[in-house]
Amino acid sequence: MFDNQKKSKSLTPIVVSNLSLLLGKTKILDKIKCKIHNETIVAVLGPNGAGKSMFLKTINGLIGVESRKINFNSIEINDYIRKEIAMVFQKPILLRRSVFENMQFVLENKNKLSNLEIMKFLQRVNLDTFKDKPARLLSGGEQQRLSLARALLINPSLLLLDEPTANLDPYSLNLIEEIILDENKKGKTIILTTHDMGQAKRLAKEILFFNKGKLLEQTKAINFFKKPKTKEAQSYINGKILL
Amino acid sequence: MILESFSHAFDLVLTFDKDFFEILLLSMKVSCLSLLLSCLVGLPMGTYLAIKNFLGRDTVLIIFNAMMGLPPVVVGLILYLLISRSGPFGWLGVLYTPTAMIIAQMILIIPIIVSLTAQIIEEINEEYKDLFKSLVISSHKALIAYLYDARYSILTVILAGFGRAISEVGAVIIVGGNIDHLTRVMTTTIALETSKGNLSLALALGIILLLIALIINLILISLKTRAKKRMYV
Repeated sequence: MFDNQKKSKSLTPIVVSNLSLLLGKTKILDKIKCKIHNETIVAVLGPNGAGKSMFLKTINGLIGVESRKINFNSIEINDYIRKEIAMVFQKPILLRRSVFENMQFVLENKNKLSNLEIMKFLQRVNLDTFKDKPARLLSGGEQQRLSLARALLINPSLLLLDEPTANLDPYSLNLIEEIILDENKKGKTIILTTHDMGQAKRLAKEILFFNKGKLLEQTKAINFFKKPKTKEAQSYINGKILL
Repeated sequence: MILESFSHAFDLVLTFDKDFFEILLLSMKVSCLSLLLSCLVGLPMGTYLAIKNFLGRDTVLIIFNAMMGLPPVVVGLILYLLISRSGPFGWLGVLYTPTAMIIAQMILIIPIIVSLTAQIIEEINEEYKDLFKSLVISSHKALIAYLYDARYSILTVILAGFGRAISEVGAVIIVGGNIDHLTRVMTTTIALETSKGNLSLALALGIILLLIALIINLILISLKTRAKKRMYV
């Protein structure tokens, strides 16, 4: 069983070995092999349909794959591990409740109730004044900030962010990026997908580059942007269509 | 005759007619109890069917959908055969009692509650399932959360169930027997008074029945409209 004492730092390294995913007859992920180290920020890059979001979902256990294909610090994925992972979806999934109640739901699930804690996280994403507002009446940026606050509330060791700043205004973008860097400094491992090259440069320590379900590159961010190894990555960085 | 019926209806209410209020009270008691019990069974069942995938799930849903159109007289007749003295459940001694009427109404309401709840929860499940899976929410907590978040849509389901219960006559007249001071309800009284040719009283009772349905609808719809404004629906 997963050791609760060690769990705060024990999810990494995440080792993905020969991970493939078929949906119907379409190969979504093709023999992915990678290793994600402790306390890093990994940006998963690639064109639309490359398999980035699916990769995050398999890491989170949302899509069933053979459990031995993904190991967290040598342990196969299980519910104890999954409770240490939080995911923010590209399209925020918010309950039909108020901002505060959305946060409360997460804590109720953990059988912890602390209104103070909720307010602390809401203040961090600058939504404390909206606590009684219905969550689905918030703007896109506010909804994404709420999703992030809710994910952080469970104090995960691994944070998965699926295009967390897509279509957001500069204020929300900056705030979310600040929080990502801050959480990483506190020891969280973060994997995010993005199409924003600037964001990947600002945040990522490592890059995973996907194309057509294949992982073509895993490299340090600085090396990826300076000298990508594959012509596909080169084309992607230059904004060219990948065939 | 319509004006006369309205005046008759007012008289019944304003003079606190004892017999009328007895019938009204029993109608509400039977309908509300059968609705409550049907909700206790049907809401979790509908939610479970919406969120769980198991072999035969679609068949179960099709059966419940088909049962929404059960003819009340047939339900009454089958139930009569089951609970009459010579029937397999005759020993219960519930024939011609309000209990039999509640059972008959439940048989008619449960499929409505199950089918409509399943439809509503399926929709909300599409929205929430990734989040709940990601948060590792247990099935029973998910079930409660679904019902809570769909509460305003569920009001419509409850309303449909109540409508079926309060307007029901075929089944309750067979298993209840329309016995004065015991199993006589609004609808069976209307049927009786019509057959006696007392059309003005029958119409007066009909008007009151409509008013009750209208008031309950108004309350629930105003609650739902308020919820819609907050995007809780």
